[in-house]
Order: sequence, then structure tokens, then C-alpha cells
Amino acid sequence: MIEVKNLNKSFGKVHVLHDINVNIEKGEKVVVIGPSGSGKSTFLRCLNCMEDPTSGEINFNGVNIADMKVDINVHRQKMGMVFQHFNLFNNKTVLQNLMLAPVLLEKKRMRKLRFKNPNKEPIKSTKEIKAEVEKTARELLERIGLSDKADVYPSQLSGGQKQRVAIARSLCMNPDVILFDEPTSALDPEMVGEVLQLMKELADSGMTMVVVTHEMGFAREVGTRVLFMDQGRIVEEGTPDDIFNHPKNARLQEFLSKVLV
Amino acid sequence: MEDFGIKVQKFIGLFSGASGDVYREEIFTGLQNTLKIAVVGLLLGILIGTLIAIVRVIPKYKTLPKVLNAICSIYVGFFRGTPIVVQLLLFYFVALPLMGVNIPSVTVAMIVFGLNSGAYVSEIMRSGIQSVDPGQMEGGRSVGLSFSTTMIRIVIPQAVKNILPTLGNEFISLIKETSVVSFVGALDLYVAFRKIGTSTYEFMVPYLAMAVIYIVLIAIVSGLIKLLERGLKKSDRG
Repeated sequence: MIEVKNLNKSFGKVHVLHDINVNIEKGEKVVVIGPSGSGKSTFLRCLNCMEDPTSGEINFNGVNIADMKVDINVHRQKMGMVFQHFNLFNNKTVLQNLMLAPVLLEKKRMRKLRFKNPNKEPIKSTKEIKAEVEKTARELLERIGLSDKADVYPSQLSGGQKQRVAIARSLCMNPDVILFDEPTSALDPEMVGEVLQLMKELADSGMTMVVVTHEMGFAREVGTRVLFMDQGRIVEEGTPDDIFNHPKNARLQEFLSKVLV
Repeated sequence: MEDFGIKVQKFIGLFSGASGDVYREEIFTGLQNTLKIAVVGLLLGILIGTLIAIVRVIPKYKTLPKVLNAICSIYVGFFRGTPIVVQLLLFYFVALPLMGVNIPSVTVAMIVFGLNSGAYVSEIMRSGIQSVDPGQMEGGRSVGLSFSTTMIRIVIPQAVKNILPTLGNEFISLIKETSVVSFVGALDLYVAFRKIGTSTYEFMVPYLAMAVIYIVLIAIVSGLIKLLERGLKKSDRG
């Protein structure tokens, strides 16, 4: 599903990622671990071109989205992202946060259909689009247990609730894969559990996930494959069992000895 | 002080005399023009300023944004680098005759004040946009919205909320600056009172009355801005 070929990224003179090659298949839960500054987040942000790769290819569903000529917005709709600092829209209510993008993008698609409609697709009115998206959005809020917060602004939510809403916001796009960038690092310890629980449920439902995290328990339990990064390279990869119980690389052994106390 | 009391009575008397209607009408037209120029100027300024601010925050990889950015810099440089009176005179006595068009001086004032305030609002708006957490843009882009959609729907509404007090100041200074439009022959509040002064050879009270009107006007505008700010606060932690 995502095929990364010779990915390099530099910020000015600083070379952050060196020749990354990874294949991520449908249904996989790939967990990326490593010390801070190892390039985990940059790698993840390159996957949806939040950072433009300096060189290399990111093939997503067969299209090289690292190519500047590709309309990245179309592909990002199928590639959700959850951030460390939630990045919910502060000027919108929870429900509006979920609905904004699907409604706007569907309206845009309908406008295009008016001019070119080879499959004779029925054209929906704005009202119909909104009703449809609202139904999905409310179902998602039900699923994350925040139905009662639909009309509340993000500033009135706790960190854990914000992150659950952020996950629901990406789910509302019906993505093929969701990228998680340290989703629990900015949370109070007692709120980490509810977010990890939701991510586990998501994993069980078959969603393809790429997760950058420091939660080793989660990596071990949910991950189907673990990548260990150090100094901009993937140093070791394998099943959670390989990585945590039989680490080969010296740097990984050192890292684990510090993390798993 | 006795003298002053008589002057005030005389001034009030002006409005009950035969020519009272004329004075009233002129003051009213002057007030209307002052407000019209300030309001249209601000609206035009916000429009132009927002566009310039967006151009200035667009990532500049390609040629087009670079060229637009250079044009905007020159624009802002010109309008911030010359007095508004000079801009009015240049527009009215140089630009319009060269183009061979003839438009009323009040309209000219509206346009020039709009262009001028566009330059100032662009700087205010730019700092407003930069005050919004970059994560808001990333959040929008991550769900597939374009740069401009995210800008318009997410970033700018939050930026406007942050800069509303400054924007209010801009409006207030616009109202006050309109007093220079007499240079191109537009009838504003100042012209109306000057006319009363010249026809009665008595300036003290008319100019005092003018000052009071400006103060009241600006007090009302400040009050309205405060109300608006409170209205926009609803998405903050309550």
C-alpha cells in the first residue's frame, strides 16, 4: 500500500533521513520506535508529504506522491494523520471538526461532476451531503464515546478527549491508512490509556496504521512489525517478538535497556 | 468666560435661524461622508490586506508567489512610505487626469483610504496569521484540504479574532485621518464646521463642537468593537 524507496530528507545542511526503504502492506500495524532526534517523526511526516522528501519515492496506492506534480490533497484524504498536539480546529465545534473536510471535498466533487459525469452518478445537494456526513460523524462520536460533546469547542475538552476527536476526524474521511505521530506524548498519564484503547480497537477493526510512539507496551501488543530508527536510518526491523526479546543491533539493545525498566 | 457663553449661544442660535437647515444638512452630510470613507476604506483595506498577507505567508518555492510577493512589498512600501495627503493628491491630480477619468472626490477618498489601509491591514493580518498555531494549518492539510481552503476556513478566522483590537484601532485612526479629504474637495465633518466658521467669522465653538462629535463617534465605535470581541470569544475556554 505504501512503498518507500530511497527516501532522503535534509533540512538545510542537516541530513535527517538516509535512504529509507520500507513497504507497508494493507492491514499492517507498523510501529516506529527510536531515540528522540532519530528521524521517526520526520519519516512519518514524509509519508504524507507534510514534509516534502528531498529525494526518493513514496508510492501510495501506486502513485508516487513525492512527485510535486501530483495533487497531494487528493491522496491525503485517504491517508489520515493524528498529531502529538491534536491540531483540532479551534474555531469549530467537535462535530464541525469531523464534518468540515468531508463536506467541503464532497461538494467540490459534485461541482466537478456537473461538468463531467461519465458514470451518470446522481448529483447530491449540499443538504444531502451534510446530512450524510453528519450521520457518519455522529456514529463516530458514538464509537469514541463523546456523543455528548458534539457541540463543544476543542478548548473545553481534556487532552485525551481531544486526541480521540482527532482520531475520529481522520476516520471521518474513511482513510486507507492512519499515521500516528506520538499520539500520547502530550497527554497526562491518566489519559494515555483511553487513547491507546481506541487505537487498539482501531487496529482490531483492520485499519492499516503507522505509529510513531514511545509506548513500548502498545508496540509489543498491537504492532505487527516494529521499525527501530537511529540517526536517520532504519537500523533493525522485525516482529515485536524479534525486536523486544531478541534484539541484535547493539544500539537497539542499549535503547531497550533504557526504555524497558 | 462670559464671552464664551455668548459665543455658544450664538452657535446654537445658528441652527434655529433661517439658515439652520443648511448648516444641519452640511454637518449631517459631512458626518455621513466621514463615516462612509472610513467604513468603505476599512472594508477595502481588509480585503486588500488579507490578500497581501496571504501572499506573504505562502511558501515560496515557485516563481509566481515570488513575483507576487515582490509586488506586494512595493505596494506596502509605497503606501506606508508616503503621507496619506500625498497619496490623495497624487491619485486625484495625477493618476485620474492621466487616465482621463472623472470621479467624485468622496469616491476618490474611499478608494485611496482603502488602498492605504490595505497596506497597514496587511501587516496586522500577517502578524495575526503568524500568531495562529502552525498545527492548525497542518491539521487542515492532513485531511486533504488545500492551503487556501485551510487558510480561509481555519487560520484566518482565528487570526481575525486575535487581531480584532488592532483592527479596531485601525478603524478609529481611519475615522480621524479622513479629516484630510478636504485637500481634494470632499465635504467631511471638518469641512462642514469650517464652513460655519468662515460664514460667521467665529471658529472657537464650531471647532469645539467638531471635536466633541469626533470623540462621541469614536467612543461609540470602541464600544461596538468590544461587543464584537465578546461575541467572537465563544470558542475560547468559557
